[in-house]
Amino acid sequence: MNIVERLEKLDRRIIFLLTLLAVVIPLLLPIGFEIKVSEPVQKFYEAVEALPPGSMVLVSSEYSPSTMPEVYPMNQALARHCFKKDIKIIGMGLWPEGIPLNQASMEQAAEEYGKEYGVDYVNLGYKAGGIIVISAAAENMPNTFPLDYAGHPIEEFEIMEGIRNFDNIDLIISLSAGDPGVRHWVMIAQGRYGKKVAGGVTAVSAPAFYPYLNAGQLQGLLGGMKGAAEYETLLETSGTATRGMDAQSIAHGLIIFLILFANFFYLLGKRRKK
Amino acid sequence: MKKEIPLLITFIAGMVMILQFFIPHRPFSDLQQLFNTWFLIITVFAMILGLGNLFKVHTKRLQRRPKGWWYSIVLLAGFAVMFTVGMVWGPARGTPFDYLFWNVHIPMSSMMFALLAFFVASASYRAFRARTPEATLLLISAILVMIGRVPLGNYIWDKLPLIGDWIMSYPNMAGQRAIMIGIALGIVSTSLRIILGIERTYLSGK
Repeated sequence: MNIVERLEKLDRRIIFLLTLLAVVIPLLLPIGFEIKVSEPVQKFYEAVEALPPGSMVLVSSEYSPSTMPEVYPMNQALARHCFKKDIKIIGMGLWPEGIPLNQASMEQAAEEYGKEYGVDYVNLGYKAGGIIVISAAAENMPNTFPLDYAGHPIEEFEIMEGIRNFDNIDLIISLSAGDPGVRHWVMIAQGRYGKKVAGGVTAVSAPAFYPYLNAGQLQGLLGGMKGAAEYETLLETSGTATRGMDAQSIAHGLIIFLILFANFFYLLGKRRKK
Repeated sequence: MKKEIPLLITFIAGMVMILQFFIPHRPFSDLQQLFNTWFLIITVFAMILGLGNLFKVHTKRLQRRPKGWWYSIVLLAGFAVMFTVGMVWGPARGTPFDYLFWNVHIPMSSMMFALLAFFVASASYRAFRARTPEATLLLISAILVMIGRVPLGNYIWDKLPLIGDWIMSYPNMAGQRAIMIGIALGIVSTSLRIILGIERTYLSGK
């Protein structure tokens, strides 16, 4: 086996080690790359910013711990943004694992801004049924969610007074890592009921939502950790997404280097064989 | 009658859902709400069936003891613990269920996903080759988007993020739209076939 063939079949443990270093070193020694805000994130920020104090935002969490590094910072930043502007949040979710994550985000922000559960925010919890839950809640929220996530009747909460259906919601935001998620909110809440919908999704699924954004069916879009970091930049806070961007930058750089490196030796080997 | 009754139910349910979309008034709006409620109830029973099936499959594995059978013990133990603490104390913040979620489930789930970074790096080194002109085009686009989507790209060349955005906003969007329209047409035609009873595989598997 010559050197070209050897490099082409580089031991995967070396690649694993390089990846580990590319992620760990920037986390321990931050570089502080400047984060520029993209248009979809700017639109998302403006959609929340345009709401007057006292508005009602529905935040639906459709993600799980596996996608936490990307979506959870969005959830935290969004809760801070809403409470900073005195906007009320109704939380819910079409994924069971998203409920505690949404609750933790709201609690954390509520503590910072002195907000109270049941008055400024509530968590209606998880309901199985995906797109049908959206359809049912759009028509009758108290019927669809008679209890909050901890099992308390929603009539006990001041925030739910006068909430009948989506007519009482000013903006819907779905933070999703798959289906059911943003797509279904667009289909029902936007397409059927004409509500304003914005979304936060994982980087890998973000390209699929550009048509909705371009058509105006999505008010804004946060894509992956980069989207979350841009949102944090707009809010002038430094969260886990901003801190993770250095590591992600270097990891992307390493993968690109590996692809180019492998292709160089692949093409070299091909030429030699000729 | 074994087939006719399910076909009739499917036809009525399907037609009501179509009609209520175009005529959102009584009686169709009421029927929509009724059907939604039924669907939500059935979904919960489907989940219970799923749990029962999971329990049955892994109990059988414990009896037969094939290779890796002891993983089933871990699964059943995890299931029993989470189910018990969830039923006894509920899922609210500060409960044992919440503690286990944050201190066991989240670290394990995050760890599994974090391993992807290593496999993606290794796979991209081994498999991402410029073998054909199409593969080369894909490779160049992927590199431009990957580097354009992180702050590092801006440091290398300030036009890289713009190129990445352009790829996402034009070629990507055109492709995505084509896929979405294709899927939507497929869903419409399949749904009509099911509602009209032309497609019957869901009844007997034939």
